[in-house]
Amino acid sequence: MPDVRDALMIGKRSDGKLVRRPLSPHLQVYKPQVSSSTSIINRMTGIALSVGLILMVWWLVAAASGPKSFAVAQGFIGSPIGLILMFGWTLSLWYHFFNGIRHLLWDMGWGFEIKTSHQTALVVVAATAVMTVICWIIGLAVWL
Amino acid sequence: MAQNEKLSVTMRRTPLGRVKGLGSAKSGVHHWWAERVTSVALIPLTLWFVFSVLSMAGHPQADIVHWVSHPLVAVLLIALIVASFHHTQLGLQMVLEDYVHEEGQRLIWLMVMRAIVWLLGLAAVLSVLKLAI
Repeated sequence: MPDVRDALMIGKRSDGKLVRRPLSPHLQVYKPQVSSSTSIINRMTGIALSVGLILMVWWLVAAASGPKSFAVAQGFIGSPIGLILMFGWTLSLWYHFFNGIRHLLWDMGWGFEIKTSHQTALVVVAATAVMTVICWIIGLAVWL
Repeated sequence: MAQNEKLSVTMRRTPLGRVKGLGSAKSGVHHWWAERVTSVALIPLTLWFVFSVLSMAGHPQADIVHWVSHPLVAVLLIALIVASFHHTQLGLQMVLEDYVHEEGQRLIWLMVMRAIVWLLGLAAVLSVLKLAI
């Protein structure tokens, strides 16, 4: 027996045909999928990188201002908070970098199949982890 | 058959929508394309920048000055700044357009965001020029 609430779901298309209204997915009840998760993480890392640009500008302005200002900026980056921010920044950077390449491949018409897109999502996550570790090994080796 | 379908799609647009010129293929394509162009440019620029800076981690200011004093480095740095700030502006614009629904508020937020992005970008370019020249 059809649910009585279905009556509320009737809508009219612009050509006049009666149809069942489509429901937009609500995040609270929507099962996380590889496609939606990788997409929202791409946006989140993009926003994080935008904020991170402030740190890059500070670093450049400090370098242009003289040794003292540069030492202050470098001191902040080397502090516990600075290092946590830098770690988040490297993670975000490589995720956005590799997932961006994934997007460019989609734009060229490659990798739309569900199986392929799941595989490329795994590659993105793995490459992000590898590049983040490589960067921190190099960075710490040069720094310490 | 295919022609009829095309015709019915055109008919479905409201007169108001046609007058206001709303819909795809207006400025949307430029936004999309600029985002792709900047992202392609940022692939080599990011790799170069990250590994260059990593090789100077903890070095004194004098080393940075010496590095940027090379014209090629300065040019690449400015290219990186322009590409990344343009890309950032395009991305943040999409975020604001998606989440700020009230038109007046959205306009204000877009202007504030652009002002911040422009000022930060100009400060970065000026710093590179000052170091380079």
